[in-house]
Amino acid sequence: MNGSSSARLVLVLVVLVALAALPSVADAMGQPALTSLATRILIYGIAAASLNLVLGYGGMVSFGHAAFFGIGGYVVGILYQHYASGEPLFGFVPGSNQLLVTVPAAILVSGVFAAIIGALSLRTSGVQFIMITLAFAQMLFFFFVSLKAYGGDDGLIIRRANEVPGLNMRDKQTVYYVCLAAAAIFFVLLWRVVNSRFGNVLVGLRQSERRMAAVGLPVYRYKLAAFVISGMGAGLAGALMANFMRFASPDMLHWTKSGELMVMVILGGVGTLFGPLAGAAVFIILETVLAAWTEYWQLGLGAILLFVVLYTHGGVQALALRLVGRRV
Amino acid sequence: MTLFLEQMLNGLQFGVMLFLMAAGLTLIFGIMGIINLAHGSIYMVGAYAGTLVIGQTGSFLLGILAALGAAAVTGVVMEMVVIRRLYRRDHLDQVLATFAIILILNQLVTILFGRQPLFVPMPPLLEGSVELLPGLVYPVYRLSIILVGLLVAAGLYLLINRTRIGMLVRAGSTNRDMVRALGVDIRMLYTLVFGLGALLAGLAGLMAGPILAVQVGMGEQILITTFVVVVIGGVGSIRGAFFASLIIGVVDTMLRAYLPGLLRQVMVGSEADALGAGISSMGIYLLMALVLLVRPKGLFAADS
Repeated sequence: MNGSSSARLVLVLVVLVALAALPSVADAMGQPALTSLATRILIYGIAAASLNLVLGYGGMVSFGHAAFFGIGGYVVGILYQHYASGEPLFGFVPGSNQLLVTVPAAILVSGVFAAIIGALSLRTSGVQFIMITLAFAQMLFFFFVSLKAYGGDDGLIIRRANEVPGLNMRDKQTVYYVCLAAAAIFFVLLWRVVNSRFGNVLVGLRQSERRMAAVGLPVYRYKLAAFVISGMGAGLAGALMANFMRFASPDMLHWTKSGELMVMVILGGVGTLFGPLAGAAVFIILETVLAAWTEYWQLGLGAILLFVVLYTHGGVQALALRLVGRRV
Repeated sequence: MTLFLEQMLNGLQFGVMLFLMAAGLTLIFGIMGIINLAHGSIYMVGAYAGTLVIGQTGSFLLGILAALGAAAVTGVVMEMVVIRRLYRRDHLDQVLATFAIILILNQLVTILFGRQPLFVPMPPLLEGSVELLPGLVYPVYRLSIILVGLLVAAGLYLLINRTRIGMLVRAGSTNRDMVRALGVDIRMLYTLVFGLGALLAGLAGLMAGPILAVQVGMGEQILITTFVVVVIGGVGSIRGAFFASLIIGVVDTMLRAYLPGLLRQVMVGSEADALGAGISSMGIYLLMALVLLVRPKGLFAADS
């Protein structure tokens, strides 16, 4: 382990400790809303980091990742509705309100959808890939809008967050710690993935697909595997979001949500492990601060985004590094 | 039968509106290599400028001029300030920068005009309906949209195939670098193409005014459908955009008109309506996915 990576490890540990202490500090400062803000940042951070695996490492610009986010949310919502009504789904799948059941189910279902959508979409590339992923996300969006049994346009209200044995999930701080634990596990796994041989192949694919094919690697299978992992991560984020908001709605699948996830990835820095988490933090804090300051917050957000895209090569992380005088 | 013909005409009318949008978008895609999400915002600017001037002066003709002028100016300014910096960037940067433009323009329009949708009166000359066939009565305004759309298509055909600018445009969509190497002022050509696309989008926005409500977000609704058209038709191909527009216009209209009725024969009324509306909204995306799976470059790919 060389100097810079051990410094990074220290930084990660410091951030982790700070995040663990955050609810107590927020309460001490009399700002309990900070905990909710941090929960949203963690959840969107997971979703953005998942997107970054295909977008930043693999070079596949998916414009439909909100679909998997939404599916994750709806799995939690639909399972809860069947738990509440007592009727099994499709006649044989019992409903559930246990987080340790619903979240893995959400990850699994998102993964299946990612496998189907990815298998079809990855036959194209470039602009066509962007548009076909958007098309599949739109299809699912309209599917959930028309699904009257599960709220249709209005969405699905989850009256109580899923239960975890031994924890009081009605407490917002507990939900925060559950999300923090999920995020920690997720980022450790993601770190393992991007630093594995598989991760190196992905980066190679972004640089030159032809070269990877010439080396004799099954390009399509690698891309599909990355797409499925990425979809599962977004599904995890969606399931956590449904528990946090106690609500799942077609808005989670709207194409602007896919755009926002891409914005977070860009803001934080494409192709870096923790960049998307930083990007999510910047995005959500900006949104909150600007919205509190003026009704017309989108104007400021748009201007900042435009500036970041046009003038900072590599997002806020690179900008910060350049400001302290280190070239990236 | 008359209902069917009427729906065909509605589909055709939606189709030519899509074509006005798609023609510009596909040229910008094909020649400049830019994914312009803000094309829908130009459509919105055209609609608002037209509505404003028609409301102030009562003259539809001045409204047309205002809409076209505002759209073209917005387009050219956008190209010179933002888009020009994106030519050498990857698609991701283009998507995000133009996404930012959408946020900015939507918010500016909200500040200027508020969130309430505006309604535009029909131009008096085009009010009323005509009987095309015995029993088939159709509004004049919608007919004139179809006519304008077809005229624009014919004009574009002549422009692209019969003029020097058109030749450069065709050359640019086949091989951009070669055109540059031959000493053509490519920046000028880019600005021109972008301005032309903006002009057409403004025209579409203006004509949509009396049929749809003029409101913030109207651009994004049509934008996504336009992308479907462009991708199905093949990026960079005007001919592809024309046929794909008509196909999408007719398919979408027909699904919306007939699907709920068909479903109602097998299920309860309200559920059939909801499901029918959902599936008909999904229809065009399904079509696009199918086309891309069979022909990954679209039906009329320019560079094959």
